[in-house]
Parts: sequence; C-alpha cells; structure tokens
Amino acid sequence: MQENIFKINDKEYILPGSRACQGCGLSLAYRYILKALRENTIVAIPPSCLCVLHGLYPTTSVTVPAINSTFAGNAASASGIVAALNALNKTEITVLALTGDGGTYDMGIQSLSGAAERNTNFIFACYDNEAYMNTGTQRSGATPMGALTTTTPILTKREKKKDMLKIMEAHDLPYLATVSPAYPVDLYDKFVKAKRIKGTRYIHIDTPCPPGWVYPAKDTVRVGKLAVETGIFVLCEIEDGKFRFTGRSETLAKKGKRLPVVQYVERQGRFKKMSIEQLNQLQSWVDSRWNEYMKRAE
Amino acid sequence: MSDTRIITGNEAAALAVKLVEPNVIAAYPITPQTSLAEKLSTFVEGGELKAEYVRVEGEHSALTVCISASTVGARVFTATSSNGLLYMHEQLHWATGSRLPIVMCCVNRGVGAPWSIFNDQQDSFSQRDTGWIQIYCRDNQEIIDTIIQAYRIAEAVYIPVMVCYDGFVLSHTMMPVTIPDYGKVREFLPPYKPSVDISPENPVTVNPVFFPWRRENAEGVLCDGYMEKRYKLQDALLNAADTIEEVSTAYGEAFGRDHGGLLWEHMTEDAEIVIVGMGSIASEATVAADSLREEGIRAGVVGIRTFRPFPRKAIATALKKATIIVVFEKCVSYGCDGGVSSDIKSALYGTGITAPIHNYIAGLGGRDVKARELADAVKETINRIDSGRPENETTWLNCHTG
Repeated sequence: MQENIFKINDKEYILPGSRACQGCGLSLAYRYILKALRENTIVAIPPSCLCVLHGLYPTTSVTVPAINSTFAGNAASASGIVAALNALNKTEITVLALTGDGGTYDMGIQSLSGAAERNTNFIFACYDNEAYMNTGTQRSGATPMGALTTTTPILTKREKKKDMLKIMEAHDLPYLATVSPAYPVDLYDKFVKAKRIKGTRYIHIDTPCPPGWVYPAKDTVRVGKLAVETGIFVLCEIEDGKFRFTGRSETLAKKGKRLPVVQYVERQGRFKKMSIEQLNQLQSWVDSRWNEYMKRAE
Repeated sequence: MSDTRIITGNEAAALAVKLVEPNVIAAYPITPQTSLAEKLSTFVEGGELKAEYVRVEGEHSALTVCISASTVGARVFTATSSNGLLYMHEQLHWATGSRLPIVMCCVNRGVGAPWSIFNDQQDSFSQRDTGWIQIYCRDNQEIIDTIIQAYRIAEAVYIPVMVCYDGFVLSHTMMPVTIPDYGKVREFLPPYKPSVDISPENPVTVNPVFFPWRRENAEGVLCDGYMEKRYKLQDALLNAADTIEEVSTAYGEAFGRDHGGLLWEHMTEDAEIVIVGMGSIASEATVAADSLREEGIRAGVVGIRTFRPFPRKAIATALKKATIIVVFEKCVSYGCDGGVSSDIKSALYGTGITAPIHNYIAGLGGRDVKARELADAVKETINRIDSGRPENETTWLNCHTG
C-alpha cells in the first residue's frame, strides 16, 4: 500500500500547548486519531497521561468533548455514553475510550471485558506506554520483561508482558488493530475504518514514552519504528477473525528482514540492566509470535 | 379510580421506575435487590418501558454507566444492596462531584464479613459522607412515591438521591400499594435537562484536574478551584432540605400522600418519651408507642426520612418537649456510637435540649425486632433513668454480649 500523508484530514483537534511531555507518543497518536474520527466524537478519559494532556480546569487544548471518569471504569463510562446516545437518538456520534495500559491491562480489564462482551458500540483504544507513566513509571501488566521501573528498580520486571490483543480477540470482536504513532498513515486509516464499523472495536497503540523508556525526546518516532522493524510490535488488523499484517509489518512479512530486538533494546535506558538470558527470551518470544502471525496470515 | 395492588417493595420500586421513564438503567444483581433488577428487565424486554438497560459486569460499572449517561443527558436509574453499594463507593463520590441527578435504590442489607444476606442499614449508612441525598422509606407505598419524588428533587438540585428501604422487611414483603397515575406523574416530573450540554458545538472536558487555587479561563474570568467546587456541593446539599420539603408537599397535593419531607411524627404532640428511628424500624416503633400509650406511658415516634442532608432543625423542633429520647437504629459508627444517635446528639448541641438519649443498636444482619421488644426496651430505659443509672448509653438489643 502506498502511504499518502496528504490524504489525512488537515484540521487540527488538539491546539498547541498541551500538557503532555516533550516527545510524547500519545500526543502524536491522539492528534491523528482525532483527525480520523473528527469533531462528532466524545472521548472517555480515565485518570492517566491523557487526563493530564487535556489540561487543567478551566482550559483545555482539546477541541472535542471529553468526559473524565475513574481508573477502573473507562469502558463502563464509555458504555454509559453509548447507552445515553442510543436512548436520545444521537447515534451519529463516535464514542472513543482512550485508555492507558494500566486502565486496560490491569485495573480496567473488568469493565473493558464486560463492555466488549456486550459488544458495546464504541472504539476502545489502549495507548500502551508499558508502565504507569503518569505516576512516574511503575510496573504494569504491560511492562516488558527486563525493563526497569520504579517498582522493579533493581531486578527489572521478571515476567512477560500480557498479550492484550489475544485477550481482546477472545471476545470475538468485529475489528481489532494495532497501530503506532511512528506510522501515522497506517494509524489514520485504521481509525477511519474503525469509525465505520459497529460494535466494540479494539485498537492497540504502541506508545513510546521518552521519560519512562529513557531515551531522548527527539527519538520517539525512531523508537516507534524500531519496535516495528524488530517485530517487538506488529502492525496488523483482525477483521471478523481474519488476521492480516499492515503497513511496514506487511512489507517485513513479505521480505522477511526483521532487525534483531537488541537494536530496539539498546536505545532505551529502561533495558540497561536486562540480562543476556532475558534478551534471548525476548527474541525467542518475538520470533514465536511472529511465526504464529505468519501462519495466520497465510 | 385508584389502582391499588398487593405487591412487594421491589415491585413497588420497579413500578415507580417504569413511571418515571428513565432513558438508561444499569444494574448488577445482588440479594435482596435482585427481583427489582429482574422486574425492570421484564419491563424493558417486554416493551413496557423504553430504556437502554445495560447489564453490567459489576456495581462499580453500574454506577459508572449511570454517571456518564447522565452527563450526556439521560435520566438514569440503578439499584443495589450491601457489598454492591460498597463496591460503588468510588463512584458515589464521583456522582456527587459531577453534580448528577442520578436516582438509586439501596435495598438495605448487612455488609460482610461475615456474610449476611439479611437486613440492616450499615450499607447505606457507611456511604453517608459521599454527598448523596439519602431518604429512608417505612413501607412499600412510601417506596413508590419516594422514587418519583427523588427524580424531581435530584433534577432540581443536581445532587443524586439514594432511596433506601429495608431488605426483605420491605423488599420481599407484600403490602397494598396505590400506583400513581401515569399522566399525573408526567405532570409532576418535567423532562430531565442536563446542566452541561455535551456536543461538538460545546467541546468541554468534563471533570478535568482542578488545582487548589482558582484559575482564569480563556476570557480571563476567574473560575473555581477544587475547594470552591466542594463548597458548592455542601451548600447545595444543605439547601436541598427545602427542596425535599417542597417536593413532598407538592406530591401530597398532586397524589394525596405526603410522607413527610425530612421527617415524620407519630403522636409526638404530648409525648414525653420520643422514639427515633429510620426506615421500617421507625414504622415498627409506632406500634410500640401505641402499646406504651395503652400502659399509660406517653410515647411518640419521630421517623427520620431524610438522613442526608441531616434535618438538624426539624429534629431539634420535634424533640423539644421530650424528657427521654430513645433511638433504635440498624447501623453503627464503629469505634464511636450508633450512627443515627450521634447525629441527633450533634443536632441538639446548643439547642438547650438536655433530655437523656438512650441508643439501641437493633436488628443487625436481619435479627428480628418485634414491636413488643421495642416497647420493653423503652420501659427498660425509663427504669434505668428513674433509678439513676447512667444514661447516654448504647445497648445492643437482643444481642448476647456476655
């Protein structure tokens, strides 16, 4: 597929001067998400980096309506918005629950699973920055093995990252996709597509985070690209159960030239205490998942 | 012609919800609320009630659904009991902080541990400080009437209302209930208008982070800080007492039944001994008071209907002439006192009322409380005070404390 940046809606929905950190992967992703979903959208926000990005009362840098709720309940909050819009015949509005990995993998998984099982008509997007970044990088269920966090400060995280996409796929959803802000056209296309589909749509966003992942703020796109180049993160979509690679991952699948994961790992300070065994385990986990995807894509 | 049926408290509640026509219902089953959630499902699936019913995966989500649905303009309803209410706790605060006119039934049940499915009021009592209006019903007629009133109150003051009634004692007990006329309910309850319009034309971020101090908006107008927001909730809650009274009176005029806005009284005009209670135990106390009167003891009853906002002035007025005050209650402020009696004491401070207050913790976890036992307890209190034994004590009624 030829990437064409010019087709992207040129209207901006996030005004300059948000409260996000320099080089924030979420800001970049959010900018393109809103371009894809446009103004007729209500965003459900849990307490997280997104809540901070939206700014302090009484000002905000975001020009679509948004409703804050509590950590465990973002999918339930979105369910409430959807139910009310249905009851009030305002079904033309897109409801987006944009939630961090803590609010998706950990505390929010109950309400997410419930909403998904009810096939609630909304887009649940997980911006996965792989730790509790808003409180200063504590370990979450999404933190990869070998990463230093402030609650795994000496031994690094010993356990593997949970496979959230697989969990969500088990809910038999009409549409699942993965995106990266390093590939904005792919991200944009998937949100445009998701907007047209009814039912629960789950989109997983790889979200590089300079302070949490410990790399220079200018490298967000580079780190995001390396995640895809190494196969740590795979761009794909699953539509009605059918898996396919997209964008750069599709090219990699055809050409078979993935970079070794060490090239991704070595750029980030959070992996500085990663052992060789952990690195090997990470590589073999990436390989086995890649092979699984290759089989599914056949 | 009036429509009177013999129904349970939960059926009365379901019929009230059907009459107020919420747009969104979200509920999770828990004993003894369950038959209410079931009845509403039948109404919705049977096409008798046009509402979105979200069968959530837990009570935290039930209230979260109601909060966000109410925020975007829906009239909402939920109901729970016991640990379900405790599980909602975070969202109870979120609902009041958001100033949303949500109405919820709490079918009162004891809380775990250990487990009990039976009635007391520890569940709603322990949510006392969340900023919800709490109204306690004494019988099934009051349940149906109070739910209708609750929407008018909530939508006038933008504070959620918890309609509390005793599990099993009312929820599963059949009584004659007159069903209000649909057309009259429509007249009594105008359509819900949300305080903030959520639309692309008005792209607000609802409930963002507030700072301790006030901040200017884009037009340079100084806006509330966190503390101003919280003050406004307290101010609105205290002022809601007037609205509760007005709505109760207006309901009486429209439907011929005024259950008392903040509290109700039974034979207190000349009463020396005043029994105070909340919910069905206060109703039971009226039977006790009548039997005490037969024995020549001038007893009366004050039933607290509105527990929050606490009716300080009305309580002080109602207890002005009492020589002995006896409080029966189904909740405890652990480490302090009975929950209701400590509030009564606080309300009487500085009023010049110095009547002794004897507090009975009764009926926890469904332990039966008979009118005769209440009357005996009152007589025991009188004996204690007459014989000069210490007053202002708490007794656990019918409880082996040896």
